[in-house]
Amino acid sequence: MSTTRTDTVAAPRRFPLREVVIFAALLVAVLGVYAMMGAAYSTRMLVEAACYAILALGLTIQWGYAGQFNAGVMGFVALGGFCAMFFSVPVNDAFWDSDLPGQLGTVLAYIVGAVLVVFGASRLDRIGVPKKLRTAITVVLAVVLYMVVISAFRGVADQIESQAGFIGGLGLPAWVGWIIGGALAGGVGYFIGHICLGLRSDYLAIATIGIAEIIKAFLKNSDWLTRGTATVSPLPWPVPGPAEVGFTLARALYLSVTAVMIAAIFFLLHRAYHAPWGRMIRAIRDNEISSAAMGKDINKRRLEIFVLGCILMGIGGAVLASFNSLFDPQGYLPLNHTFLVLVMVILGGPGNNLGTIFGAVAVYIIWLMSEPLALFLMELAVHFGESTFGWDAPASLDSRALQARVFVIGLLITLVLRFAPKGLLPEKTKHVE
Amino acid sequence: MNELVFFINNVVIAGCVAGSIYAIGAVGVTLIFSIMRFAHFAHGDMMTFGAFMVLLLTTLFPSAGAAIGIPTPLIMLPLAMALTALLAVGIDRAFYKPLRAHGVKPIVMVIASLGVTLMLQGLIRLFAGTGGESLYVDDRKEIFRLALPIEGVRVPVVITEPQLYLFALTLISVVALHLFLSRSRLGKAMRAMSDNPSLAQASGINTNTIVAVTWVIAGGLAAIAGTLLSLDVTFKPDLSFFLLLPIFAAAIVGGVGHPYGAIAGGFVVGFAETLAVFNWGILLRPFRDSLPDWLAQAGNLAFVGTEYKIVVPFFILVAILVWRPTGIFKGKVI
Repeated sequence: MSTTRTDTVAAPRRFPLREVVIFAALLVAVLGVYAMMGAAYSTRMLVEAACYAILALGLTIQWGYAGQFNAGVMGFVALGGFCAMFFSVPVNDAFWDSDLPGQLGTVLAYIVGAVLVVFGASRLDRIGVPKKLRTAITVVLAVVLYMVVISAFRGVADQIESQAGFIGGLGLPAWVGWIIGGALAGGVGYFIGHICLGLRSDYLAIATIGIAEIIKAFLKNSDWLTRGTATVSPLPWPVPGPAEVGFTLARALYLSVTAVMIAAIFFLLHRAYHAPWGRMIRAIRDNEISSAAMGKDINKRRLEIFVLGCILMGIGGAVLASFNSLFDPQGYLPLNHTFLVLVMVILGGPGNNLGTIFGAVAVYIIWLMSEPLALFLMELAVHFGESTFGWDAPASLDSRALQARVFVIGLLITLVLRFAPKGLLPEKTKHVE
Repeated sequence: MNELVFFINNVVIAGCVAGSIYAIGAVGVTLIFSIMRFAHFAHGDMMTFGAFMVLLLTTLFPSAGAAIGIPTPLIMLPLAMALTALLAVGIDRAFYKPLRAHGVKPIVMVIASLGVTLMLQGLIRLFAGTGGESLYVDDRKEIFRLALPIEGVRVPVVITEPQLYLFALTLISVVALHLFLSRSRLGKAMRAMSDNPSLAQASGINTNTIVAVTWVIAGGLAAIAGTLLSLDVTFKPDLSFFLLLPIFAAAIVGGVGHPYGAIAGGFVVGFAETLAVFNWGILLRPFRDSLPDWLAQAGNLAFVGTEYKIVVPFFILVAILVWRPTGIFKGKVI
């Protein structure tokens, strides 16, 4: 019996008609926006779309490669934005010249000490303490130490707020913040993933929604660290700013930075996808039991991919915050930073990086253009209503018209899931006959 | 003793209020989970929808309640429950049923329910605006101040009319649900389907009916919870996002797919929230003279500030997922 295997890896190359048509349409749309809205506005739109593309790539490897649903993209984006702010904003001398850094350091040392003590107490059973007693000791110690530390901490935070405003930044180049933002988001992702990835997939969605809201609440209320609702601006750019070279050129420079980043991420992901590691990830997604039977460490691989996705989200969020030159914790909304990214991914094609980038740019254009469109339609409806029924329109029409976009995003999600579950550019899977 | 009354007002009553609402919500979530095996994220918005229906009906007929003597919103509640149940069944037919027929993974259903969340939110905000509104259009919110007959107590126990209705309705719905699940044919069929769907189908249970009944119950309960919450505070279109995490935490704490567990979980989460934001320093005040100085001087002894309230259900969720993912009552599904 001769077994001739067809080479499934080198599948016959066909002309990528679908991709070419879709990207040509996208190019036409972008050129249309340029013609209508002017170069400065359109370049800004492209930079923001590029930042969203990084976020979408992060989500596509979680959802498309590994089937993990992260419903808290917003939290990781906000963390990245915070790091971009914290590392790049100029040093606040009012804080560093006082004795506050010393006090803050002392409190941080207390926190570390308290954590170590509690951790030590949780290991008391190793030296012969009964387990129940150990648990009781640990819980009591944790509560008491938490109270002590948090009161000291509140005191220092209040002093910082009243004496120095906030602790300011570190005055480092923007890219340092981007890298650390990615690392921090990855760390939080590791924490969440470690807890949830071994359980049902729904739990991850619930937990990520929760952590996103917590991160937002923390950033919003920690005035000593982020100035809270007072927002921090301007954030320095890694390229010459608009004041030096003009709006269009500065934004074009920024766009080229993001384009290089996307190209690098795209290339690395492409290699990873076709590498043994990528095959393993997809095998786990498609059939968990058989890949476990093949000896793959499922939870570890899942954790890897989840953390990788979170890192990308952190980086994307940092780049976005630097570009907006503004860190506003209240500006992070689930709609703009979670569900919009989700639509980009499932519309473009989960698991297909090219499709994801297409989805990011296309959806972002539609998103931006829908604002004036929604207002226009609403005005039309009001005009019609007034002339035919004598209906007098409610005053808050502008804000209500924008709510229509929430509806459209939701409808889009459900429709795409139902009628095009693989997106416009489906992931290419090779089938062995 | 004043401090104790303060404790009762801020922890016992507030915890019961939050707990009842989370419990009713979590029962709906857990029922949907046990029948259809997915986490229904649009539940918070079904609550908001129910409350919005009540608001709409109350605005249309503001004086209906005066004739009988109870607040108008409560008269409108059964109607709103029916409308919300109808909406729930409609949503299922339009969005979830086709996906189920395709045999998609549960997580895809979760994403679809997020899509439904956004659609409902958009619709509600489109019609209700974004601000808060009181459900008491024509009536007045009664506030009862019960002075305790103890010497030296100046602070009364404060309880409002909607809170009393809330406790009564929670009790009624829990008992009714218990009777339905344990006595009626449909309830037994529901439990059978939650235990083993294919066996239930093989023994002649019409699964489509069961699914519809589940949605009707979940929708009705959601309308009750949403209305009572809005009665207690105000109606806000963005109510749902803050409810989602506590409700899911409650359902998971009680053991997913376990209605009685969900009730217990709701109260656990509700009380944990109020206990965590309560300033324990107040209880120390009477003993100020006998306490060491550093403890007597401590100002704010709350575990978390009210702005970080959302941390509490999350922490409970994480703790239960780490130590006992099946929940305290051993839910069936993990």
